[in-house]
Amino acid sequence: MYGKGIFKGLSVTWKRFWETYTEDISWMLRGKKRYFTEEGVKARAHKDTKGIFTVQYPEEQLIAPEEFRFVPFLVYDEGADGKKEPRCTSCGICSKVCPPQCIWIVRTNDPNTGRPVPQPAEFYVDMDICMNCGFCAEYCPFDAIKMDHKFDIASYHRNVYDLDKLLKPASYYASIRPENYAREEEARKAKEAAKAAKAAASVAA
Amino acid sequence: MATAIQTSVDLVARFPNFVSLDARAGYSGFIVKKENLIEVATAIRDEFGYDLLTAVTGVDYIADNKMEVVYHAYKTTGGAGLIFRTQAERVDPIEVPSLTSIWAGAEYQEREAWDLLGIKFTGHPDLRRILMWEGFEGHPLRKDWKEAFYEEEAKPFKSRWPEGHHTYAEFKNPFHDNLNFPKDFDPENFTVTKEEDLYASLERDSQTDEAGNMKTDHVVVNMGPHHPSTHGVLRVAVQLSGETIIGLKPVMGYLHRNHDKIGERNTYLQIIPYTDRLDYFNSMSNNFGYVIAVEKLMKIQVAERAEYIRVIMAELSRIQNHLIFIGMLMNDLGAMYTPSLYSFEERELVLDVFEAVSGARMMCNYFRFGGVVRDIPDFAMQKIKDLVFDRLPAKTDEMERFLNENEILVARLKGIHVLNAEDAIRYSVTGPVLRAAGVPYDLRRADPYSIYDRFDFDVAVRHNGDMLDNYLIRFDEIRQSLRIIEQAVKQIPAGPINSQKPQYQVRVPAGESYGRIESPKGELAYYLVSNGKPNPYRYHVRPASFVNMTAVETICKGSKIQDFVALLAMLDVVMGEVDR
Repeated sequence: MYGKGIFKGLSVTWKRFWETYTEDISWMLRGKKRYFTEEGVKARAHKDTKGIFTVQYPEEQLIAPEEFRFVPFLVYDEGADGKKEPRCTSCGICSKVCPPQCIWIVRTNDPNTGRPVPQPAEFYVDMDICMNCGFCAEYCPFDAIKMDHKFDIASYHRNVYDLDKLLKPASYYASIRPENYAREEEARKAKEAAKAAKAAASVAA
Repeated sequence: MATAIQTSVDLVARFPNFVSLDARAGYSGFIVKKENLIEVATAIRDEFGYDLLTAVTGVDYIADNKMEVVYHAYKTTGGAGLIFRTQAERVDPIEVPSLTSIWAGAEYQEREAWDLLGIKFTGHPDLRRILMWEGFEGHPLRKDWKEAFYEEEAKPFKSRWPEGHHTYAEFKNPFHDNLNFPKDFDPENFTVTKEEDLYASLERDSQTDEAGNMKTDHVVVNMGPHHPSTHGVLRVAVQLSGETIIGLKPVMGYLHRNHDKIGERNTYLQIIPYTDRLDYFNSMSNNFGYVIAVEKLMKIQVAERAEYIRVIMAELSRIQNHLIFIGMLMNDLGAMYTPSLYSFEERELVLDVFEAVSGARMMCNYFRFGGVVRDIPDFAMQKIKDLVFDRLPAKTDEMERFLNENEILVARLKGIHVLNAEDAIRYSVTGPVLRAAGVPYDLRRADPYSIYDRFDFDVAVRHNGDMLDNYLIRFDEIRQSLRIIEQAVKQIPAGPINSQKPQYQVRVPAGESYGRIESPKGELAYYLVSNGKPNPYRYHVRPASFVNMTAVETICKGSKIQDFVALLAMLDVVMGEVDR
């Protein structure tokens, strides 16, 4: 019969149409909110999701997985009396590995000896050029540069971030990437313990 | 890896006078004298059976004062390929005979080589610029050509560290000694070229007589570049008789950014994120092809677990690409929104997986030489299993129920835009379009790379070569991809995810390599020439949709303009890959 296929197809759209209501009603009966809650957004990204699928950005946002990456930032440790201690040693690996070459670093030189000091004097990331590839964070040997989760940085002016804007505390890093942070801290402690043991051994000898 | 180029074909014995083995270290294949190229190429196709010419590209060996054209020919019955090349003195005009009479698929690739390298292919039917605009001066892929805002030959630039005081690129004078202008160039009186060549090329094709028909004038219509259904900024000059297409020329290059040249400025590692941006729907597959090409040069093994992860990602990528294909085809046929949103829904779930493993939904940048960046987190692995074993098969069935029997859809697709097997091979068409024409040529089987030889799957093939078969074969491929992932997630071993130590600058020995994979759109291949430096000497992408476009004119001649829009969807072109 001509038109059978169309009706068969319409049965799918019909089913989907009703599901938008049945889903909402079932959430309501369970006394839960399907929209504007984290639970609701999660349910919409679940494999059994049906009904309305869209996420109402910006009121709702997809929950970013830990590895989600957007433009880089620099990590600093909080020293005594709240002093910012950037982990960056201005070794320049991130600026060398950067594919669009958007990282600019001025190394600090000791004014007396003229020899390099492991600390950046200036650090710029041109966010308009950054392609969010994550190489800088991946190849940084000091866990000093990391990829951010904050992605809404659109502005009316150009986004060249200097040290001031780039530096974020290690606690922030731990909050967006808890697993990575824990893993790196563990590795760092193991390394320090090994170093201490080696130093102790050399003293003993 | 079975893709090593074999030299058992004895071209030298067949043509002792004008063919010689390429003896340079790291190179393989044959060097053919350019005067005898046509004769040798004919023999390669007819006597040796290499019927599919996949890649034509040039390399500028400026130090030897040579321009080389490299051809990669394969058999559609499978197996390793044959590289042959010809060299010409690097003195303008550089002339090499065109092979379009033997493999029609060489047409656009030769035009590209002319455009970017300035190699003149004598006997080419339509040798115009293809990616750069008409009236452009110079050939940008030549080694002595510098782009605007040129800084240094190769990255990393010295201005970034240790004295990296930030400056904007446009503060530098782009017109210093970077750009070449014609001698009599006067910016005040410059007018854009009228594109006589483009329309003249249409005239050439429209010299068909219409005996017995009412005499009508032909109309040239320009579709695009800003047309919602041209899949990006593609412009097509169509010559119409009534509403029948009698001639057609695609005009591309609106997204051209000279990916090859950027690649030659980059280090090997830095190219990976740039490949993401070629075919932006399938960044995983793009990465895959590139790392295979480099791994071949470096002669390194890939970690076992990483091989499985790569296959899982590449196949997931294929699934979501074909879902978009279905949605976009419907979109182009007039069924706006509903089918495409249904397919986007499944695609979003696949992208969630990509985001969890790589950190980005589309620009994944996930593959590294010797493996991948990081392991799949447990929750993402669970999601892959949920999708592959549970959701996607059911949703594919639902999609079929939704569309496949729809009478209107079948009427729009059946018997339209038929591409037969001979033409498909002649035009170097690859991928689902070739398989829908009845040629069971799938690189995963024909020339297996990575670990595809371990999986049990069928090569999807259909036989009519029309739009309907092109549409249905995507469903077949989704099913086969699901089959592969099902096996891969069951077999995946534990272990390291990279066989190499992470290093930001890899050492690549001198030589050439050709890494090819079956991307969702067809054969995606990377041709690399290394001279041992941290940057590739030559980096060339052979994109599937660009080469598939060569057949556009043949396919749609004689059909209605309304169906042409759907043809672009059928070929599954992505302008990011066509224009590069």
